[in-house]
Amino acid sequence: MSRIASTLSALESAGRKALIPFITAGDPDLSVTVPLMHALVESGVDIIELGVPFSDPMADGPTIQRSSERALVKKVSLRNVIQVVAEFRKTDARTPVVLMGYANPIEAMGVDAFADAASKAGADGVLVVDYPPEESHDFAAKVRAVGLDVIFLIAPTSTEKRIRAVGEIGSGYIYYVSLKGVTGAGHLDVSEVSRRIPAIREAVGMPVGVGFGIRDGASAKALSAVADGVVIGSRIIEEIENSPADQVIPRVKALVGSIRQAMDSQEVTA
Amino acid sequence: MGKQDLPAEVSASAYNYPDALGHFGPYGGVFVAETLIAALDELREAYDSLKDDPAFRAEYAYELKHYVGRPSPVYHARRLSEHCGGAQIYLKREDLNHTGAHKINNVIGQAMVAKHMGKPRVIAETGAGQHGVATATIAARLGMECVVYMGSEDVKRQAANVYRMKLLGATVVPVECGSKTLKDALNEAMRDWVTNVANTFYIIGTVAGPHPYPMMVRDFQKIIGEECLWQMPEMIQRQPDAVVACVGGGSNAMGIFYPYIPYPNVRLIGVEAGGHGVATGQHSASLTAGRPGVLHGNRTYLLQDENGQIIETHSVSAGLDYPGVGPEHAWLKDTGRAEYVTINDDEALAAFHRMCRTEGIIPALESSHAVAYAMKLAADMPKDAAILVNLSGRGDKDMHTVAEKSGIQF
Ligand SMILES: Cc1ncc(COP(=O)(O)O)c(C=O)c1O
Repeated sequence: MSRIASTLSALESAGRKALIPFITAGDPDLSVTVPLMHALVESGVDIIELGVPFSDPMADGPTIQRSSERALVKKVSLRNVIQVVAEFRKTDARTPVVLMGYANPIEAMGVDAFADAASKAGADGVLVVDYPPEESHDFAAKVRAVGLDVIFLIAPTSTEKRIRAVGEIGSGYIYYVSLKGVTGAGHLDVSEVSRRIPAIREAVGMPVGVGFGIRDGASAKALSAVADGVVIGSRIIEEIENSPADQVIPRVKALVGSIRQAMDSQEVTA
Repeated sequence: MGKQDLPAEVSASAYNYPDALGHFGPYGGVFVAETLIAALDELREAYDSLKDDPAFRAEYAYELKHYVGRPSPVYHARRLSEHCGGAQIYLKREDLNHTGAHKINNVIGQAMVAKHMGKPRVIAETGAGQHGVATATIAARLGMECVVYMGSEDVKRQAANVYRMKLLGATVVPVECGSKTLKDALNEAMRDWVTNVANTFYIIGTVAGPHPYPMMVRDFQKIIGEECLWQMPEMIQRQPDAVVACVGGGSNAMGIFYPYIPYPNVRLIGVEAGGHGVATGQHSASLTAGRPGVLHGNRTYLLQDENGQIIETHSVSAGLDYPGVGPEHAWLKDTGRAEYVTINDDEALAAFHRMCRTEGIIPALESSHAVAYAMKLAADMPKDAAILVNLSGRGDKDMHTVAEKSGIQF
């Protein structure tokens, strides 16, 4: 079983939900990323989505765009991000890491070279935002062959047929995008999401994480009542952006810790 | 001209691209986040049902004739040809269209699709502002809300076109992210679309983007070449030896190339912006100096660094300043059916001035790249050879740039 699958099934047995943060590697600086990842684990996260910066992040809102730009100013490359994973793995053999980004940096490196380097570094999965299932058969086969999970997005507008197709080609978990729009956008309709998730989980036969628009403990808790995990990106990146350099780690820890606490609390929230 | 009128070797041609998923060989396709898939499916279905619909065709033809002023003439540039001392140069006069460029052919078509889909709001990206002006024009004509995304650098460089769009009732949104130019405006327009897809139609300005855009934009631009197919025989009793067009995203070039693809004796030559020279790295020659990759929803040749980040481009003409190129051009290059060359800023400017002085036509700086290459080519060809150049636009919008280069201030 992959590290992602075993993590998620252990959580399920314990009756807990996965907390999955997204950060961009190299934001604000490559030297901060590994300590930040360890800090996230200490605050109680279960899987880390590590963003690979790209010059044209078409599916991202302004917060993640700026994060990508800050990393690119420092010339952070896909190879650097893979090195970050290797460094993190030296002292954490347990927490799954998913590389998340766009197709072009991977194609520039070469899919075979990427798959080989990512698996050797100890990455567990990869989510390529602009590779929908139709365009990723070759990629998915190569990446799966080295033991990485291939994670796909499902949107509120995805048809049943597409959801089934994703179930066939994807593995690890499915990332359900909870709103129409880009990352970090507007408000999220928890009841709408709750209505869709059971059927999606049924159709894909794997755990469903929900993301886009989750900003605090209350929304995380509400969604974790129906999903297997919640993904939080823009809110964490805002915290990084707004903290002085020496405060980044303690402030992200405090934020993520409070979300974890809310998710695990027995209280019923709206 | 119908298929039955084509010479035998021509009608036997098997060129039939893209495939059902939008692929031109290994290029094109749909490389977008899942959040955009439903919108693209909806668009593809709507376009499939409209494209051969006689009422839709008639409406499109009516607009082209009465609003745009088509057919645009083919003109024999005698004095320019004489100056070059070789082949005869003919100009396809897209500069005479309403709004001053070929862009309007495509915008009318897409706006009509939007209307049929019941979308009251259109959005567009623009670099130089020509596509933005064309979109604002049609939105006014059809009574639609219009929002145009434009890199904040371009907003500064193209103040007159920004004002034109506002006069026409459009909202111009300056884009502050990334390099603050055309590619970032396209990203931002996609983000708007994904957020407002229920009431919004995204009018892309060139043969780029995810399927069905490269195909649909080509279909709306191919009127250029279709007219040439009967205009050239009318003028010289045969088809030209070469067809030359500038390539930014590639829409005016696809428009004039596409109907000529089945004519094996007609050379198709695309001219990319060489900027300060391809060797300097400051250019926009994606096909000449780029590598295949994925950007803006399709696979094509891209200007990128060794890590796969898209790099900033340069051209004296804002309309050619784009790091990618339509996927069908990538395929025509790889298959050898079309050739791609470059013309530097200086050569384009020289051709611009030569055209002004010999023909009394002020060409767009984009089109001046095609003219410059045709002039070089003509010099090496016999006097009875014929070169057809797509004069994609007029140069009114470029007065400031050209004056500045000549050290003149208004
Ligand atoms: C007059 C003119 N020609 C050419 C272009 C380049 O676009 P394309 O390559 O899509 O024809 C532009 C773009 O703004 C233009 O305004």
